[in-house]
Amino acid sequence: MKNVDLVIVGGGPAGLAAAISAKENGIDSILIIERDKELGGILNQCIHNGFGLHTFKEELTGPEYAARFIAEAKKLNIEYILNTMVMEIGSDKKITAMNRTEGLFEIQAKAVILAMGCRERSRGALNIPGYRPAGIYSAGTAQRLVNMEGFMPGKEVVILGSGDIGLIMARRMTLEGAKVKVVAELMPYSGGLKRNIVQCLNDFGIPLKLSHTVVDIEGKERVEAVTIAEVGSDRRPVPGTEERYTCDTLLLSCGLIPENELSRGAGVELSRVTSGPVVNESLETNIEGIFACGNVLHVHDLVDYVSEEAKNAGKNAAAYIQKGAGTDQRVITINPTGGVRYSVPCTIRPERMDETLTVRFRVGDVYKNCSIVTYFDEEKISERKRPVMAPGEMEQVILKKADLLERPGLKTVTITVEGA
Amino acid sequence: MEKRELTCIGCPLGCNITVSMENGEILDVTGNTCKRGDDYARKEVTNPTRIVTSTVQVSGGVSPTVSCKTRQDIPKDKIFDVAGALKGVCVQAPVAIGDVVCADVAGTGVDMVATKDIAAAG
Amino acid sequence: MYDVAIIGAGVVGCAIARELSRYDVKACVIERDEDVCTGTSKANSAIVHAGFDAEPGSLKAKMNVKGNAMMDDIAEKLDVPFRRNGSLVVRTKEQDRAGLEKLMEKGEKNGVPGLKLLSEDELKKLEPNLADDVVEALFAPTGGIVCPFHLTMAYAENAAENGVEFFLNTELISIKSANGCFVLEAANQEHTSIEAKTVVNAAGVYADWVNNQLSAKKMHIIARKGEYMLLDKTAGAHVDHTIFQLPGKMGKGVLVTPTVHGNLLVGPTATDIENKEGVNTTQDGLDQVTAKSALSVKNLPLREVITSFAGLRAHEDGDDFIIGEAEDVPGFFNAAGIESPGLSSAPAIGVTVAELLKNKLSLKEKADFHETRKGILRPSELSPEEQNRLIKENPAYGNIICRCEMITEGEILDAIHRPLGARSLDGVKRRTRAGMGRCQSGFCSPRTMEILEREVPMDIYAISKSGGKSTFVVGKNKEIGRADS
Repeated sequence: MKNVDLVIVGGGPAGLAAAISAKENGIDSILIIERDKELGGILNQCIHNGFGLHTFKEELTGPEYAARFIAEAKKLNIEYILNTMVMEIGSDKKITAMNRTEGLFEIQAKAVILAMGCRERSRGALNIPGYRPAGIYSAGTAQRLVNMEGFMPGKEVVILGSGDIGLIMARRMTLEGAKVKVVAELMPYSGGLKRNIVQCLNDFGIPLKLSHTVVDIEGKERVEAVTIAEVGSDRRPVPGTEERYTCDTLLLSCGLIPENELSRGAGVELSRVTSGPVVNESLETNIEGIFACGNVLHVHDLVDYVSEEAKNAGKNAAAYIQKGAGTDQRVITINPTGGVRYSVPCTIRPERMDETLTVRFRVGDVYKNCSIVTYFDEEKISERKRPVMAPGEMEQVILKKADLLERPGLKTVTITVEGA
Repeated sequence: MEKRELTCIGCPLGCNITVSMENGEILDVTGNTCKRGDDYARKEVTNPTRIVTSTVQVSGGVSPTVSCKTRQDIPKDKIFDVAGALKGVCVQAPVAIGDVVCADVAGTGVDMVATKDIAAAG
Repeated sequence: MYDVAIIGAGVVGCAIARELSRYDVKACVIERDEDVCTGTSKANSAIVHAGFDAEPGSLKAKMNVKGNAMMDDIAEKLDVPFRRNGSLVVRTKEQDRAGLEKLMEKGEKNGVPGLKLLSEDELKKLEPNLADDVVEALFAPTGGIVCPFHLTMAYAENAAENGVEFFLNTELISIKSANGCFVLEAANQEHTSIEAKTVVNAAGVYADWVNNQLSAKKMHIIARKGEYMLLDKTAGAHVDHTIFQLPGKMGKGVLVTPTVHGNLLVGPTATDIENKEGVNTTQDGLDQVTAKSALSVKNLPLREVITSFAGLRAHEDGDDFIIGEAEDVPGFFNAAGIESPGLSSAPAIGVTVAELLKNKLSLKEKADFHETRKGILRPSELSPEEQNRLIKENPAYGNIICRCEMITEGEILDAIHRPLGARSLDGVKRRTRAGMGRCQSGFCSPRTMEILEREVPMDIYAISKSGGKSTFVVGKNKEIGRADS
């Protein structure tokens, strides 16, 4: 069995940034295990621009953004293996992986970083009634077909869900000659970034119907028509509002789900809200020495934040390998409430945190002219006015180590939306 | 006075910007958080532009396609011309990021450049 | 001239074909769709019923109890996943015990072994997730679960290995009896006309049409739609037994059962419909499944639903199976009206009809009948050492294509290259489970398409979900023409 200090599961943006950071923090023995034939993960099929404004202060396309990290990892001589599937992660940090050349093999790691990313919610998970013909794709599958294989999955398209990949694919398929007839969104607000609504829908006159969902799919072999209807406040279709669109394709962009089957197998505790691991300030899961970052932890809006988070995971994993786990530390719980759906991390050991800690979260509704308010137990610590917050975009609060250390009795940090 | 409502696309914040105009002259830009928003709004109401991204075919490469983009932004009303001009374009592997895959695309004066390295097959 | 032409490659047609292939016979199976197991056989409860539900003396009762008893042997010989998990019919405190007692009495008359009533205490130890209102249940230890795709494909493959010809993509247009034989016209370029001495009608929901072309004794089959929801493997252990509901104020009730592959299945509804192609799910149906399932099982993790589907049961007006030679059409054998418990009964129907044909045609047993069939090799069931030997021999077994179900390229190659191999994504899915997991083929479908393109080989534009017009890609980028111009 091979011994490696740090195994990183996944060679997408999270895995790459984590590896680079671990290396820069003194870990030499690193192995990235990637299931695809190249590094870069899903960025390779995200050929649109808009990546990297925070990280590189310029707008890059997905492949370009990935290429910069891949180049850096190669420059640092970080070891990686491609076309290799991790089959199992043990709570003892023993990894079982498989590929064509080596078969099944085991690696004993001192620390593991989970960076497997996420998958798309499928038609089945949405329980959309109707037939089950060909022509129903998740937006990401269509994206791969068009951008990587060079094939068009259809000519006349209806899109359910206004997630970013769906919006991006509305533009992409339009530019390749398809007619995108409508984007229906169940919620009264878009799940994607505003800029994508402007650039991908408005630019091309594609209507976005909020509070609408698909109520029927016709076509026994290939999609022939899709019926959408308005939904009430209970998100159930309102009879009489049905509109039928003839089309050959239905794209689904209805949310992403962190892929944590391996984590579950390792005994990692998962959050019911994010479907990602429950982590502390070091992005460490309940299993000592197993860390998580990127979309496997919680679905991000921007890859820049993935890279930033992964950098921390890499640094923290390095510290764990070098210094081991601490003992007897005070643990403060973060309590997301009042419109704040979740927080990453979930707990803080103040002695272990950096001078500042970025707590990321999403809100559960659209809030205008509200404030994000942070309490240390009952004491209000900060209040930040936000002209608008939406579930499609991540929010953050920055905590200072000094503030936490000043309050030895502090049990709970509450983050909430006020003024709604 | 005419008011144009825009959503800034300069960054993911997506500020709602109001541009006040009179006779084609911009009187005022409000609602933006940063200078980029001001610039965007002024440009969007006078000379809107976009970066166009697409793919072209590759022969002899490890992948059948390579992603590409306009090196600079092009006039918004030329988007379809740019997309159309790439029909039939095929480049020979290897391709490196920044290689021109289609020069002066659709007469915009802007080159279409590769955004991914594609190694030669074999 | 065929001795026997079997119409329909569902589980019944394929079981008959396999049992018939024991004999020296020239037989064929005609199937409208591009694969076997595409109708009722692919969309049902995947249950091997114990046999207490059918009316004593009915063909349903006889075939069910006999088929159930045969299942261990068939599953072993044909390498089909099957488990006797036992079934429970539960009653809630509002329901009378008499209902359960009546079922038990019927079951005993039908010859179902081991039936007994279980008290609330016994039940809750056995199944802690039963609804709080459940107070008693009828336990049938012989109840089981089986993979209906594998059972059908195993029968078909074994029949093919033993010489039965399969005409897929071959839709029957007309059937006539002339000069002591039958002439079947079918919509297929290569086999427009098939002659056979005898015909077996295993045409599922269309068996009435086939029968009525030939026999004066008319049949009427209605499609009874059943809608289901399938839950992720994370929910597969929510119950261990198959949980039926005693019919009550909400009608017949739905079942909740694990599947042999470790998922959880909930359904079905029962709605009679006119359209025999009406396999669409409906909001109302899915709502009913949700509401009714809660009557017997609590805390069902319905957010783990990975797909929903509908199947059509072929319900004949006489409410029983119709098996045997038509009185007025010698040589024409029906296996019609095979609704539930059809899957459980298939092994018995297979031997029964094969026996009738043997007698009719005076068939002799073959010396070289291969009675076993090996299913697709599942590397995940091997030890690590065995897996490594396999990968060394064939590296495709080291390449995971479907990450949800952990299916390797080797298994997909096997599915494509074995007898009656897969030619579509659904064909690959039903044989290997690639694409059947939680992402529902989002990640693996482009890769499976590549493999089909290379291995069959076939044109990328011809690669389909399930044959016919169910293709996936319509053209190359920039070459589909502008749809709005």
